[in-house]
Formats: sequence, structure tokens, C-alpha cells
Amino acid sequence: MLVEEVMTREVISLPPNEKIETALRLLHQHHIRHIPIVNDDHEVIGIVSDRDVRDASPSIFEETAQPAELDKELKTIMSHPVITVHPLDFVEEVAGIFYEHEIACVPVTQNDKLIGIITEKDVLYTLIQLTGIHEQSSQIEIRVENKIGTLPKVTNVIGEYKLNISSVFIYPDQKDPSKKIIVFRIQTMNPMPVIQALNQKGYEVLWPNIPGITE
Amino acid sequence: MNCHAAFVYSDQYAKYHFHADHPFNQKRVQLTYELLKDTGFLTDDQIIQPRMATDEDLSLIHDEKYIEAVKLANKGKLSSKKGLEFGLGTEDTPIFNCMHEAASLIVGGSLQAVDAVLQGEVKHALNLGGGLHHGFQRKASGFCIYNDGAIAIQYIRKFYNLRVLYVDTDAHHGDGVQWAFYDDPDVCTLSIHETGRYLFPGTGNVNERGLKEGYGYSFNIPIDAFTEDESFLEVYEKALRQIVEYFKPDVIVSQNGADAHVYDPLTHLCGSMQIYEAIPKLAHELAHEYCHGKWIAIGGGGYDIWRVVPRAWAQIWKVMTTNTPFTGKLPAQWLDRYQQESPVKLPQFWHDEEGFYKPIPRKSEITEKNHQNLTKSLQFIKNYQNNILNN
Repeated sequence: MLVEEVMTREVISLPPNEKIETALRLLHQHHIRHIPIVNDDHEVIGIVSDRDVRDASPSIFEETAQPAELDKELKTIMSHPVITVHPLDFVEEVAGIFYEHEIACVPVTQNDKLIGIITEKDVLYTLIQLTGIHEQSSQIEIRVENKIGTLPKVTNVIGEYKLNISSVFIYPDQKDPSKKIIVFRIQTMNPMPVIQALNQKGYEVLWPNIPGITE
Repeated sequence: MNCHAAFVYSDQYAKYHFHADHPFNQKRVQLTYELLKDTGFLTDDQIIQPRMATDEDLSLIHDEKYIEAVKLANKGKLSSKKGLEFGLGTEDTPIFNCMHEAASLIVGGSLQAVDAVLQGEVKHALNLGGGLHHGFQRKASGFCIYNDGAIAIQYIRKFYNLRVLYVDTDAHHGDGVQWAFYDDPDVCTLSIHETGRYLFPGTGNVNERGLKEGYGYSFNIPIDAFTEDESFLEVYEKALRQIVEYFKPDVIVSQNGADAHVYDPLTHLCGSMQIYEAIPKLAHELAHEYCHGKWIAIGGGGYDIWRVVPRAWAQIWKVMTTNTPFTGKLPAQWLDRYQQESPVKLPQFWHDEEGFYKPIPRKSEITEKNHQNLTKSLQFIKNYQNNILNN
């Protein structure tokens, strides 16, 4: 999936000479956590997070009515240079960037101009869709040999029961590197016949997989 | 305490029949009816016939195009591509002869139950043919074609203008009813079900709380696979009592799926008959305490149709009419009549005998986890009440 399919296009941005107070107000008003800072050409030159603003704000224990800190310009607290992504990047690359740099948001730029923003929440939403949980379905997990041709054999069995598959994902078996675990969400309330068929063909169905009970 | 109640029944309910190997089998309604007849606690004057729901009734919830599609499927005139768009002709809801009529009769049964109670003829009414909670506005799913529970609630809203509490103790999430009233503050839904991590339909998380004006009127308490009586009942009793106190309904509609029992082949909960004695007991009590008795109970899932469903459902009627469950031995004539036909040995008692299933490891962790979900779900009410106190 591409960044342009997932990103938010209406981005709230501010110029570097705007006051911190304005950023604080916008963060609250729009329930957002990041504001890209752009120059006159709409190029991203920095980013301000809710944490940057909070760190720059006076302590709530100080009683000054109009604290001078909030009048300072955003460029004094913004982070730069900014990591940006392209609309044609993959969502999983964005997830990699978030993980590696321990950040939760990147502006999307095209020809150096700000055109969107993608956050942790957008990435998680994509993950939820990948798991198929948004469609009515039952989940089954199967432990299989990590071997060419296994997946089509398994899906064939499901196909024989005329069951639509909402999602498939595969993860390595933590205990045995020669095995993989395939997770299906299938659109049925009665997965018993297909589970029986899989068992009969010698597949190890882990369902429901609760350590100490089924293992 | 003896209550005047109506039992909605027709042998025509058996026509809601997908095919011989399908797990959803309405023979369980007949088995329950016969069982009750044999106890002497169900008499002919208590029975009312279901009526056929009209298109107007159905369209309280369902899309006209969907109703049309079900009717076409009847005549074999629905293309399989078109059918799949409406969830018709799938493994779960295959097409069968006269499916429109069979499904409409079930809906009509729940509407008869509503009218009997709300026109004051009886205090409570039971339609075991109903409870088809997975039916969507324009889609059949999870063995359900028309969603009689949702239609009955909308019918109450439209013709009686009462606030409705829907409580669903089927082992599967009551998604169809929940989504139908997700933004409606006059209908509060509570569903207690096995977690959707593995089980169909997958939804029913604690954080599904409703939308817009309906926010705070949808409650979900997912419970872990292998949950047993004690923990199930802690969740049910605390949640229902608190939600009734908070919402103050005018009428209670309860969905009584009987698939949370150890024997049920489709789910992984470990309830015994004890929960099926306690579930109607509290619903009955609260209906009298808050709703002048107005309580409509409908059926639901339940796939061990010999050992579990007839006993569980007969208890709803017994509690509804006398406030106490059956105890002791099942009527001998019922056992004699059906033992031959039943593929499994029928139970001899109303209760399950001590130690009838293997002890569950990690019971305390499961109980703790369920308790946590209960607290999370009810936290909303606590916050709400604190806000009122503080303002």
C-alpha cells in the first residue's frame, strides 16, 4: 500500500516566525500532535510536536499571567532537518522509519512541497485492515513447514469449502525456525468443517492458541 | 411470584432450515416446546402464533433491495454474484426454499411478542425462534437472514416510543443489533461474548461504545475462551445491573443464545446449565424493578441442540412464569421420545452433574482478565456519574 493511499491531505502547518502560543492552540483545537513548519514556498523546514511545545511552555506552577516563553518564535524550538517521505513510498517503509527513529509522524512531500502527513495512527489503521478484523470473520492459525508450495495447499482446502478469505498473514514460529504460522481470517461463523479437513490432512491447527491449555 | 406470559410458537419455525448438515437447526425450538409441554408448565392458552412480518416491518431495518434479493433467491432467480453481494448463497447462509417466508415468520414472532407485552396482555413474552442478531441492513450473515431483534426494537421505538435495553448473552458478538442502533441514544445495547480474537464475527471490543448521540449507549464485554460459570456470571450480573441503573430502560429485550456451554461445538466458552438458570433470573428481576415487568426474550445461537439448548431455553420460560428454575430430573416421556433420535446421550437432570468436564488450567488468569474487561466497560458509567456529581 502506498503512502498516498493512507496519508491525510489536509495538513495544518505554520511559518517559522509564528508564536509558540499559536501552535499550542492549534494542537488543542484539532487534537493533533505535530505541526510541520513551512517556508514561503511551502517547503518543510522543521516540525513541532506537542512535546516540544509542552517542554517550551512554562510550568503550571508558575503564576505569571502572560508567560514570555509562549511569545517566542516556533523556529526556536522546532526540530530540523525533518525526515520526510514521498507519496509513492510504501506504508511498511514508513513503519520502519517510525521504529528506527522513534518518531510518530512524517510529513509527505512532493517536489519538496508539503502535500500530506502520515502518522502512527494511520499506520496502525492499515495494520488493522491487513489483519482482516474489520470484516465479519473467524480466525484460524496453522503451524506449517517453511517449505515451497505449502500456502497454496492450505488455501486450496479452504477454497474447497467455498469460504472467502478476508486476510492472510504469515509469521515465523518463535520456537522452531523450520516452521511458520499462517493466520487466516475466513468469512464464516462455522470454521469447524474446514478445521477438521485441515487436521485430517495433517496440518497442525492452533485454535484457539492459548498457552497452557491447547499446548 | 407467578407472571402472566406468552410463548410464541409455531411448528412452521422448522422451515427456517438451510440443509441437513448445517449447524443452525430450528428443531431445537420444537425440542424445547415439547420439553416444556411434558413438564406441564406450558399450556395451550399461553401460546400465541407468530404472524408473517410484512415488507414494511422488515424495512424498519433492512434495505428494500436486500428484501427483494431474498425474495428472488426464493424463486431461484438470484444470480450467485448478486447473491454474494447480499451474503446470500454463502456457506453460512445458503439459499433454501421459501427462505423469505421462513425468516419473515420468525420476525413476525418477535413482533407478536412485543405487541403482547406492550399492549399489556402479558408481562413477558418469549420467542425462541428469534434472536438472529448477525443480520445486517443489506446483508445476511452468521446464519441470520432478517434481524428480528433489531426489527423488534425499531418497532418499539416507532410505535411505542419507549427506551429499550438490549442484552445479548450469545457467545458471539451481537453485531447486527449493535450497529443498527450505534448512534441511537434511546437504545442501549449490551453484549457479553467470547472474544473476537478467534471467534466470529471478530468485533465486540470494549471500546465500541457508540457514535455521536449514541456514544455511551453501546456496551461490550468480551470474555476469554474457556471462561467458566463463576466468571461469566460475575460479568453478567454486575454489568446488567449497573447498566440498567444507568440507562433506566422502559423495556428489556434479551437475546438468549445458548452457545456458551462447554458442549457447544462452535465456541470455546465453558459454561454449564448454571448460567442458563441465572441469566433469565436477573433479567426477570430487573424488568420488574425498572420496567413494570416489560420483558421480551428471544432465542439465538445454540448448536448442541440435544443436550444444551432445550434445557437452557426451557429455563427461560420457567423463570419467566414462576421466577424459579426447574430442578431435579427431566421428564421421562421427553427422554423416551428423543433418546433414540439423539446422536448423543441425553442428560437426565436439569443441572449438569459435578465434574462433567475437565478442569480448566489458568482459571484465575481468565477470571482476572474478564474482570478487567468488565471494569473497563463499566468505567464509562463511573466517569459519567462522577461528572454529574461534580457539576
